[in-house]
Amino acid sequence: MRRVGEGGFVNTTLLLVQGLNGLQFGVLLFLVAAGLTLVFGVMDFINLAHGVQYMVGAYLGASLAALTGSFWLGLLLALPAALVFGLVLEFLVFRHLYDRDHLSQVLATFGVILFLNEGVKVVFGAAPMQMPVPDLLSGGVPLMDGLLYPTYRLAILAAGLATAALLWFLVERTRAGMLVRAGATNAPMVAALGVDIRRLFMLVFGFGAMLAGFAGVMAAPILSVEPGMGDNLLILAFVVIVIGGIGSVRGAFVAALLVGLVETIGRGLMPDLMRLFMDASSARQTGAALASMLVYIVMAAILAFRPAGLFPARA
Amino acid sequence: MSNPRLWLPLLVFAGLAAAPFLGLGQGHSLTLLARGMIFGLAAVSLMLLVGGAGLVSLGHAAMMGMGAYAVVVLDHAGMTEAWMVFPAGILAAALFALLTGAIAIRTSGVHFIMITLAFGQMAFFTTSSLALYGGDDGYTLFNRTEVFGARWLENRLVFHFVCLGLLVACWALVQVLLESRFGRVLRASRENETRARALGFSPYPYRLLAYVIAGAMGGLAGVLLANSAEFVAPAYLAWQRSGDLLFMVILGGLAGPHGALVGALAFVLVEEWLSHAMEHWRLVFGPLLILCVFFLRGGIVGLLRRG
Repeated sequence: MRRVGEGGFVNTTLLLVQGLNGLQFGVLLFLVAAGLTLVFGVMDFINLAHGVQYMVGAYLGASLAALTGSFWLGLLLALPAALVFGLVLEFLVFRHLYDRDHLSQVLATFGVILFLNEGVKVVFGAAPMQMPVPDLLSGGVPLMDGLLYPTYRLAILAAGLATAALLWFLVERTRAGMLVRAGATNAPMVAALGVDIRRLFMLVFGFGAMLAGFAGVMAAPILSVEPGMGDNLLILAFVVIVIGGIGSVRGAFVAALLVGLVETIGRGLMPDLMRLFMDASSARQTGAALASMLVYIVMAAILAFRPAGLFPARA
Repeated sequence: MSNPRLWLPLLVFAGLAAAPFLGLGQGHSLTLLARGMIFGLAAVSLMLLVGGAGLVSLGHAAMMGMGAYAVVVLDHAGMTEAWMVFPAGILAAALFALLTGAIAIRTSGVHFIMITLAFGQMAFFTTSSLALYGGDDGYTLFNRTEVFGARWLENRLVFHFVCLGLLVACWALVQVLLESRFGRVLRASRENETRARALGFSPYPYRLLAYVIAGAMGGLAGVLLANSAEFVAPAYLAWQRSGDLLFMVILGGLAGPHGALVGALAFVLVEEWLSHAMEHWRLVFGPLLILCVFFLRGGIVGLLRRG
């Protein structure tokens, strides 16, 4: 199989691969950002610890798959485990923070990050864990002449899009979803109409934790499962929900794909672009850094012109 | 003298001044105290933003990074004179604060937290791309900043008192600023922006100036940090470091700059003690942080007032 995204010249094949990689990263981001934006939108609660839910999902998936010897059983068991884990965290920590200011929420959930990043190091060791790609999805799909794209990555893309569709249905077409949308627009009003907003929030929270865990399990076979793996993704997920508009699932979806594409294509093209101006080794380093910066530049630009994001939930 | 705002910092400063003569003179403990004072300086400057202006910045580590990297750039060019290094570090951070603040202050609340984070990340990735200065691996300084060719700052005792002097100066500046008309406008805009506007004050220039002043002080802290470690790395600008700084401010309490001062010292000392006491110290530190948020609402100085 041809190595993808490693230097070389710019051509259509490379662009296609980068685009697919970007979309696939985008849907992973969306799964993490969806829970984050709902929790943020409904309860006005900043949860920095959402990234570690993703990490915990990856660890649960990898260890359960190793335990049962099957990727599918690992995935199936990891989902409820991630849900329960999220609810336990909610019960122990987050529940006591809803009526506190953002600053307290940022700090307490920062403490949760420190604890859990160290916790997985103690339980699973500091070395990265591997999760094998399931046999069914190993190998590649020929996209064009001489280009095999890994089936597993396509499966991630499909699963992510399917989850997004499911989420759209839940949020837009069910009663619970209607309450969630109403809560994101005006939570006190929803509570005044007799809806138990705390229970609604637990529902949203548990579901968000499970989505992040799902993203973690799916990413486990292609990324290394290691302590702190959620931190950078968390920051990107925050960028996504701020660009998309806080509380808006639709905004999160559009922004996640945008961020995924910008990040991945930037990473692929920037070093080549920089090579026009400097020698190869410094071009690689500068290009990679510029690519990492690109997302934040996009966000700063969008916030400068639309301070409430692209699709603000509170009009 | 019932106001801890004044006697507490004076007590702390006296303690820090006496520390080298109380058996802490040699070795590691002075380095540790210097680190505490440097972070104290940065936390006091962040306090001006968080406590004074109500601007919760999650990108303050970038200000320290600007100062630290100014030292690196000059060091690489062979310039280590204090009269160049210190102003360069302060100016670099102030300029960065001015440019990013001009955009960031247009937003408020959560968006402000996120946009300062975004600028902090940009600075972080920029420094890790500087292949000339070590990139991700960081840069080891040839030597500490010199004062007219004399290597005074290499002496731990001298460095200790330089840090202490600058810390006292910055604390006093923030204290004076907060009590001044400028500080009252900042606080009024934080408490009720509509009323402040109705009184004829546009918060924007006040907030921007506060942001630039805090950034400049952060840059100063960065210059000191680079000198203290004789090493600078992009990790100085990581968002986790900004989180640490925020925690120092909150841990101490938002009642005034004395809170940030006490919070920073407590943070650095507890971190040091825990990391020596056990390998997985974050397992204790994380929950400690959560418990502080739950039960220490007024911060450490809030406890004093009650007691």
